[in-house]
Amino acid sequence: MNRYPLWKYIVVAIALVMGFIYTLPNFFGESPAVQVSSAKATLKVDQKTLARVEETLKGAGIVHDGIQLDFNGVKTRLHDTDTQLKAKDILEKAFNPDPADPQYVVALNLLSASPSWLTALHALPMYLGLDLRGGVHFLLQVDMKGALTKRLDSMAADVRTVLRDKNLRHAGVSREGERLVVKFRDAETRDKARNAISDSQPDLVLVEQGEGGDLRLVATLKPEAQKKIGEFALKQNITTLHNRINELGVAEPVIQQQGADRIVVQLPGVQDTAKAKDILGRTATLEIRMVDDSPGALEAALAGNPPFGTEVYNERGGQPLLVKKQVVLTGDRLTDAQPGFDNQTQEPAVHLTLDSAGARIFKDITRDNVGKRMAILLIEKGKGEVVTAPVIRSEIGGGRVQISGRMTSMEANDTALLLRAGSLAAPMDIIEERTIGPSLGADNIKKGFHSTMWGFAAIAVFMILYYQMFGVVSVIALASNLLFLIALLSLLQATLTLPGIAAIALTLGMAIDANVLINERIREELRNGMPPQAAISEGYERAFGTILDSNITTLIAGLALLIFGSGPIRGFAVVHCLGILTSIFSSVVVSRALVNLIYGRQKKLTKVSIGQIWKPGINASPAAVNGQK
Amino acid sequence: MEFFRIKKDIPFMRHALKFNIISLVTFLLAVAFLLTKGLHLSVEFTGGTLIEVNYAQAADLEKIRGALGKSGFSDFSVQNFGSSQDVMIRLPLKGDQNTSQLGAAVMQSLEADAPGAQLRRVEFVGPQVGKELAENGAMALLLVVIGIVIYLAFRFEWRFSVSAIIANLHDVVIILGFFAFFQWEFSLSVLAAVLAVLGYSVNESVVVFDRVRETFKKSRGLTTPQVLDHAITSTISRTIITHGSTQLMVLSMLIFGGETLHYFAMALTIGICFGIYSSVLVASPLVMWLGVSREQFAPKPKKVVEGANEDGAVV
Repeated sequence: MNRYPLWKYIVVAIALVMGFIYTLPNFFGESPAVQVSSAKATLKVDQKTLARVEETLKGAGIVHDGIQLDFNGVKTRLHDTDTQLKAKDILEKAFNPDPADPQYVVALNLLSASPSWLTALHALPMYLGLDLRGGVHFLLQVDMKGALTKRLDSMAADVRTVLRDKNLRHAGVSREGERLVVKFRDAETRDKARNAISDSQPDLVLVEQGEGGDLRLVATLKPEAQKKIGEFALKQNITTLHNRINELGVAEPVIQQQGADRIVVQLPGVQDTAKAKDILGRTATLEIRMVDDSPGALEAALAGNPPFGTEVYNERGGQPLLVKKQVVLTGDRLTDAQPGFDNQTQEPAVHLTLDSAGARIFKDITRDNVGKRMAILLIEKGKGEVVTAPVIRSEIGGGRVQISGRMTSMEANDTALLLRAGSLAAPMDIIEERTIGPSLGADNIKKGFHSTMWGFAAIAVFMILYYQMFGVVSVIALASNLLFLIALLSLLQATLTLPGIAAIALTLGMAIDANVLINERIREELRNGMPPQAAISEGYERAFGTILDSNITTLIAGLALLIFGSGPIRGFAVVHCLGILTSIFSSVVVSRALVNLIYGRQKKLTKVSIGQIWKPGINASPAAVNGQK
Repeated sequence: MEFFRIKKDIPFMRHALKFNIISLVTFLLAVAFLLTKGLHLSVEFTGGTLIEVNYAQAADLEKIRGALGKSGFSDFSVQNFGSSQDVMIRLPLKGDQNTSQLGAAVMQSLEADAPGAQLRRVEFVGPQVGKELAENGAMALLLVVIGIVIYLAFRFEWRFSVSAIIANLHDVVIILGFFAFFQWEFSLSVLAAVLAVLGYSVNESVVVFDRVRETFKKSRGLTTPQVLDHAITSTISRTIITHGSTQLMVLSMLIFGGETLHYFAMALTIGICFGIYSSVLVASPLVMWLGVSREQFAPKPKKVVEGANEDGAVV
C-alpha cells in the first residue's frame, strides 16, 4: 500500500530537477557589465551596435568577457569594476560624441555570472528589489486637474483662432476654473460662434448664458474627454519620464503606471539621488506670451491692480514684467532644444526648433507684432519666470527660435535638457520616496540569508533528533520546498525584497507543520497498535485533510495581503502565497515518495524509525476515552 | 524521544472559565493600552521622512541633534538604529517644506556639524499615501476575517468559525497591545506579520476542531467538555512541536535579521505564543459556551439514543 506508481516518482524527480536548474543561477553571483541602449525611440540597437561596441573596446585595448544583445541593449561583461568604469567612459565618448545630445544610454550594470546554457533555458537569478540591491524608488502623483486646466488653456487659444478665422467678433475668451467662457455682444454672432466652436471642438459641451449686452457661451469638457485627457496626460508623463531617465543613464529603470493617476519610478543602483530627483521633479514647460508695455500698466499692476488679462512675472534679473495671460505658444510645439551661443553676442543661448504648426503661429505673431516685446517663460513647479523678453525686430519664419539673455552656459545646458526631455502634460508631485544605499542592500541580503539558514538548521536538527528517519524525510521535504520556492521566484522573476526573504523563512517555519502533523499521526496509529505499513498510509491520509484546511486559512490571509498590500507587504505576500502552494506539494507528495522509497518495498516491516513511541499503560488515553465515564 | 507522555486527557475544560477570565483581562489591558498610549505608527502610516545614516565610529547623537537644530529643523527625532554607528533620523511632515530636497538638506547640515555620515536610506511618505496604507491595512484585516469565517463556517459549523475568529482577533489585539505598551514602532511589515499570524493561528484552531469533529463522530457517550479535552490532549504535542519549529525560525530572524526585521519577528513571536494559548484555551471554551453538541455532527439526526451502541465506538 505504500508504493507510488512509477509516474508519480517521475513527476517528483522532474519537479526536483527543474527546481534545481532554476535555482542554480542564484548561486553564480553577478559580474560587472556596461550596457549600451538607445536613448531615442527611433534608434534601434542591433547587431551593428554590438559590432561597434566590440570594435570600440578592441581599439581601446579593453578585454571583455563576452558581449550579448538582448531587448535591453548591448551588454558587455567585464572582468572587474575598474575595467567596467574604464569601458564605460570609452563607450560614452564613442557613442555620444556630443554630450549635449546623447543618442545612446551608456550605463553600468550587473549581469548574472551563470553559464550561458542556463540563460538559454530562461533560468535567471531572482529579481532583487531595491531594498536588496540599492537604488531609488519614487511614487509620483499626477495632478489631473492641472492636466485639464492646461488643456483648457490651449483650447481657449484654438477657440480664438477659430473665431478669428470665421470673422466672428467676440468680447473675450477666458478660462474660469474648469470652464471656458466666451463673451459676445449679440445673439446672432453667438449662434454662429456656437456652431463654429462645436464643429471644431467636439470635446466641449456648450451652454448659452446671459442676456442683453452680456451674452456668454460657457464651454465645459465632456466627461469622456476629461477621462481621455487624464489617460493621455499619464501616458505623456510616463514617456517624458522615460526620456529624462535616459539622460541619467540607468541600466534597468522601471517606470509604470499605478492606479489611475500615479506613476512608480524605480532606479536600481542609482547613487546620485539628488540629481535623479532634480531631473524627475522638474516640471519645466515653455510658454511664449506677449508683453504689455502700455505706459502706466506695470505700475498699476505692481500696485495690486493689473489690467484685465495680464499678470506680473519676474525677469531673470529680478525686474517685474507685465505679461498677457493669453499663451501664444507652449512647449508642446517644440521639436528640439539645443544649448549653444548667440551668433553676435557670444552669450550662452538655447536654440529651439518648432514644429510646422508652431512655426506658422510664431511667424504670424512676429509679423503682427513687430516692435513689441514677447516674453519667453519657463514654468517650473507652477512658478513662472521670464527667461528673456526680446523686442521683435522682424517677422521670424522657419520655426527656429533662440532664447538668450542672462544665462550661464550651465543654465543654458540645463534649460535645453529640460525642454528637450519633453514637457509634462500635467504637474507631478513625489508622494513617496525610498532611497536605499548599496551597502544597506548587501547587508539586508546577508541578514535575510542568515536568518533563513540558521532557522532552517535549527529546525533540521530538532526534527532529525525527534523523528529520526522520518525527521530526515521531513527535512528533505522542507529543503525541496525551499528549492521549489526559489525556483518559482526565479522563473516568475517576481521581485524579491527583504520582507520577501522574511516570508521565505516564515513559510519554511510554517511548512514544517504539515510534516509534524503527518509524523504525529503515524506515531499515534502505531501507538494504537496498527502495523507500520498501515500506520504510514493511514497517517498520511488522515493528516492530509487537516493540512489542506490549515493551508487554506493561511492562504486566505496571504491573498488578502496580496490584494490590499502595497510596497513591502506585497513582496511579503507574493512569497508567502507561493510558499504555501509549494509546501503542500513538498510536504505531502515529496515526503511520501521518499517514505515509500524507504519503507514501501519491505513486505514485513516491523519497525519504522520515527523516534521512540511511548505507549501508555493499559488504562491509558484513547481506550480510556472510549471506555469509562 | 517523546516529549508528551500524557496518560489521561487533561481536563482543560474544567478550567475553561478561568482561562476565559484571564483572556478577558489581557484583552481589556491591551485595549486600554491601545486607547491610552496608542500605537507608535511608522512614517509609512503617518507620512514623514526617515533618514538612516551610518558613521565609521560611534555616532554622537547630541552633535547630530545640534546640527539639525541649527539648520532649522524641528520636531525631529534622532536615535541609534541597531548599533551605535547607525543613526535613524525621523522628521514629521510639514506643510510648507520642500520634501523632495529634505534628504539632501539633512545630509548637508550633518556634513557641516557632524561629518562622516554615510547615507544608507531615505524614506519619504506623503500624507495621502499614509492614509491609504492605513485604510488598505484595515481592509486586508477585514478581508482575512471574513474569508476565514466563511471558510470555517462552510467547512465546519458557524460555532467553530465564530469562536476561532474571536480567539484569533483576541491575539491580534494583544499583539497590538504589546506594541502600544512598549511603544514599539508599528510598520507595514509588522502589519504583514500580524495578518500572517492571524492565518497561522486560525490553522491551529482548525487542527483542534478537526479532532473535535472526529471525536464527536467516533466516540459516543462523552460529554462535550470531555470531547474537547480529548481533542486538545491528542493534538497538544503537535501544537507545541509545530509552534516550536516556527518559533525557531522566527527566533533566528529576531537574532540575525537585524533592525529591519526586528519588530516583524517580535510581532510573530508574540503572535505564535498567544496563538497556541488562544486556539487551545480560548477557542475551545468558546465553542463550548456557544453550545456545540454531538447532534450537529451526526450524519443523520434520527435515532440518537445516548450510549446505545457504545461498543461500536473505536478510535
